[in-house]
Amino acid sequence: MTGDPGGGSAPFIRLEGIVKRFGAIEALRGVSLAIPPATTLALLGHNGAGKSTLMNILAGTLRPDRGAILIAGEDHAAHWQARRAYGLGIRCVFQELSLCPNLDAVENTRILHREISGRGWRRRTEALLEETLGRIFGGAKLDLRHPVGGLSLAARQMIEIARAFLPIPAPPRLVILDEPTSSLGAQAAEALLRFLPEAHRDGTAVIFISHRLREVLTHCRRVVGMRDGEITAERDAAELTPEGLVELMGSARAAATSDEARAKERDRVRVSLRLPSLPGGPSALIAREAEIVGLAGLDGHGQRASLLRLFAAAQGARMPDVRLDGRVAYVSGDRPREGVFPLWTVGHNLTVGLIRRIQRWGWLSAAQEREIAEDWRGRLQVRAPSIATPILALSGGNQQKVLIARALAAEPDILLLDDPMRGVDIGTKRELFAVLRDEAARGRTILLYTTETEELVHCDRTYVFFEGRLADEIPRAAFNEERLLRASFAHAA
Amino acid sequence: MPPDASRPRLSAPFRLSPLAARPLLAALALLLMFAVIVWREPRAASYLGLRLLLNFSIPLMFAAFAAMAVIVLGDIDLGLGPFIGLANVISARWLAGNPSLAALLLVLSLLAYAAMGALIAARRLPSIVITLGASFIWLGAGLLILPTPGGAAPDWLAALLRLHTPFVPLPLWLAVALALAGQILFITSPAGVVLRGFGGAPEALIRAGWSLIAAKSFLYGLAGAFGILAGLALTGINTTGDANFGTPYTLLAIAAVIVGGGEFAGGIVSPPGTVIGALILLLSGALLSFLDVSTDWQLSVQGGILILVLALRALLRKRDAHAA
Amino acid sequence: MPPERAEAPHAPLIRLARRPWFYAATGAVLVWLLVVASAEGRGAWATLGTALGFGTFYVITGLGQMLVIAAGPGNIDLSIPSMMTLAGYLGMGLMGGENGRLALGFLLAFGLGLAGGAANLLLIRLFAIPPMIATLAAGLVMQSVTIAYSRGSTAKPPPLLLDAALAHLGPLPLIALGALLLSAVMALLMSRSVFGRTLLALGQNARAAYLAGLRTGPAHAAAYLLSGVFAALAGFWLAAYSGGASLNMAEDFLLMSIAVVVLGGSRVSGGAVSVGGLWGASLLLYLIVTLLNVWTVSAGLRYVLTGLIILLVLGLSGER
Repeated sequence: MTGDPGGGSAPFIRLEGIVKRFGAIEALRGVSLAIPPATTLALLGHNGAGKSTLMNILAGTLRPDRGAILIAGEDHAAHWQARRAYGLGIRCVFQELSLCPNLDAVENTRILHREISGRGWRRRTEALLEETLGRIFGGAKLDLRHPVGGLSLAARQMIEIARAFLPIPAPPRLVILDEPTSSLGAQAAEALLRFLPEAHRDGTAVIFISHRLREVLTHCRRVVGMRDGEITAERDAAELTPEGLVELMGSARAAATSDEARAKERDRVRVSLRLPSLPGGPSALIAREAEIVGLAGLDGHGQRASLLRLFAAAQGARMPDVRLDGRVAYVSGDRPREGVFPLWTVGHNLTVGLIRRIQRWGWLSAAQEREIAEDWRGRLQVRAPSIATPILALSGGNQQKVLIARALAAEPDILLLDDPMRGVDIGTKRELFAVLRDEAARGRTILLYTTETEELVHCDRTYVFFEGRLADEIPRAAFNEERLLRASFAHAA
Repeated sequence: MPPDASRPRLSAPFRLSPLAARPLLAALALLLMFAVIVWREPRAASYLGLRLLLNFSIPLMFAAFAAMAVIVLGDIDLGLGPFIGLANVISARWLAGNPSLAALLLVLSLLAYAAMGALIAARRLPSIVITLGASFIWLGAGLLILPTPGGAAPDWLAALLRLHTPFVPLPLWLAVALALAGQILFITSPAGVVLRGFGGAPEALIRAGWSLIAAKSFLYGLAGAFGILAGLALTGINTTGDANFGTPYTLLAIAAVIVGGGEFAGGIVSPPGTVIGALILLLSGALLSFLDVSTDWQLSVQGGILILVLALRALLRKRDAHAA
Repeated sequence: MPPERAEAPHAPLIRLARRPWFYAATGAVLVWLLVVASAEGRGAWATLGTALGFGTFYVITGLGQMLVIAAGPGNIDLSIPSMMTLAGYLGMGLMGGENGRLALGFLLAFGLGLAGGAANLLLIRLFAIPPMIATLAAGLVMQSVTIAYSRGSTAKPPPLLLDAALAHLGPLPLIALGALLLSAVMALLMSRSVFGRTLLALGQNARAAYLAGLRTGPAHAAAYLLSGVFAALAGFWLAAYSGGASLNMAEDFLLMSIAVVVLGGSRVSGGAVSVGGLWGASLLLYLIVTLLNVWTVSAGLRYVLTGLIILLVLGLSGER
């Protein structure tokens, strides 16, 4: 690792060979990174590159499995935790906000800074917070005595940022900002970026995670690219162009070639959802019979919301911008929260999607249920001793097979898949995609939202989302990773 | 910000127009009730009248504070009433004759309450069943100590509760003191901020390095302390002990917190509001008798007050959601 | 990440010990044996018969509470004791001790149960009041209606009803038989009907239930309605069984209806129920009373034991 090229001073913090595992998944595989004092370092990467794991380790909310965390020559890795990171001057602005909604801005500040106490703490903190807000965001007027749950998202984000930069007891040494500008609004975002040099004058280093490439190029000194839990490149921002940035994150690997030509497309439109679009982007999401349509882009940019809107419309909610033709089923990749019924067997988890269709006078036939469950267990090759096995005894991949079987068993015309392969091993994934292609060939319409670029090769067309809008529509023939990345970062070709 | 519904959205209660207005509304309702009582019976406004009217508010206010200490965490205590009964019988049986034994037992029961909080936090157990299980133990222990009503209050305790305070009777002084102390402990002090934070977003607090076990032990301990005070007050007023005396307080105390502006989840409580809520529930009975309505309907009025308060809140919430 | 663990096959005994109802049922048998041993074998069946008679009321109210709790975190019915007393009083009052008006009284109790459940639902769904407070408030109203009504009204059951309530079929009380039948229907309903499946799905994972396309609203409503009806019928029979309604006849049932559900192995946070466990827990709790009566131990110890058993069973089964 090279030292800081500009300042020449020793790095504030140096990570060496950081490894972090979650079960079988290696989220970080030996990351080494030196963060120079008083500069802004950008961290870039696509979904699942390991950015947020790295950030959580820096903030002390995760402890690395291996590796060293060196500050002023001392290794803190063994006893690394949130309070220690705080004591060393590290502050973190998380993407999912970590403010208590029932407390006001001043009170939330006190939650982070234990030093605040004594008579008049509220007044003093409010003054300090106001001053810091003023320094960062200029004249923005915020109600600091109103529970933050009642404030706008932008206001909450400002408060959280100001809370991190607060000079208590001294200006922070390192502030990590995870996509701070996406919820701020243009003016406040610009103000924050202009503030960064001022923070550097106080000795504060900043790690800046953003998907807006222009911001990164104009405001950051160094750029670090991550992919698959590793740092792939580290450059001076001055040397880079937007194309160069995209290359930093992607590999030169060509997109996998599309497989066999599929049965000829039919014309019946099954799904249509009107959405706002970026210049040059499509104005609606359309899916036809026997088609697999991909929804792509960075996680959380409106893909899941669109699927949920479609599902709500299918459940009878009034949605003027949605048109649906046919029955709908939904499969989520967030198994514990949105898919699995943890106390049930494989069989009950599988048939629950169609009990309303196989009932007779409200009753269910055990024999019929068993038959259906056995049939689908066979068709999707669910690896379970029997359909009476508890669902939680299965591996994640096999649980997901059960959930997909649940949806398919209900014989929907339209299948909505919300990142369905999350945490599923490669072999299972291949099997499942074969099933999905098969089902599409039989006329089903499949909408697939995925955070994995490789999965998009299975799609006939792919819509790319950016901040809730449609950025691009890529037909299968024109699909490549570069075009996808450009659209994901709203950098039109 | 993309309009992505999968992100955690702020839950509706927090949108409610100023939460601070809730205790004020409750105070207005209380004044109105009192005005009606005085209109029907002017003597109720006299020192003696007030004292009679508010005699039983002392245990209820303490009980409501005990319930509040747990509700601020988003937990529920179903064992509070029997626990108050236990404190009542311990003090009625021994406080006069063997004060050190009584003190020892009371301190032990307080520690048991704190330990219950630690257990709930450490094993992430549902508070409702643990406090339910404990409620049988409190009631049983109470019955073991005094199988039938009896015992006596030490003279000093009875005298304390009959204390002739200047200007207004003791319950009102106590109400003010409790409201102030509670406001400082839960709302204005830095420590109170942390306690309420645990009710609002425990993971944010843990992320900032605070201990959930410590917070729950402290608040359950506090609930135990207020429960004991309520039990002592009952002893002083009734000058006798009965393990079943406390039972109604479980639900009444929760109701007082809610009427006073508290929420079941989200770390929202108001100590002054809780005091006012307790007084409202207490006066509902007197109000009926002064209006020549049978006190049989007191429970209906209490239930009706609860429904009215929460239905109004729901309405405001809906209006707010439309406005937003 | 989901807790993905591979489960090794267990010996049958261990598997049995993992059944939610195991502890309560075993406890009930043990306590019964103790009772029989203490009485030197005399009256074994009579004891069981009495336990079944009284236990029946725990079971019926427990069934309703179980359905409500099954609907997921936060769901609870605190209006059960008030509902029981109300239905007991008004039912007895309407019949006025006349055999001829038996059906009328029964229908009234049934209707009151439905109305009470509907009132709870209205408060919970329309006004978005948390179930705990909604049912508490509704319960307070019912309680005071009962108090107001109880003045100067007769609360004695008609002779025919009294006979029916106390009738035995062999060693079995008739009402226990009725409760057994009801329990069988409920158990079947929970395992083999769309209603049961939907309710359990809702209780385990409300979000997943919605995304699986289940109609959770009607199932949730049915749980509260049935809870009201069961409480009302239990109150009606209890008033007959104990020879007349009294204002405090159901005060035990606030906590007991919850205790038998929890102790019986139903999940406190919803999604899993055990009707068998409900019987085990009801008998256990009643037999403890009997045992301690035989041993002439005080009521205080009985409560302490009940509490310890609840805490112990929850600790053993590791409910979260």
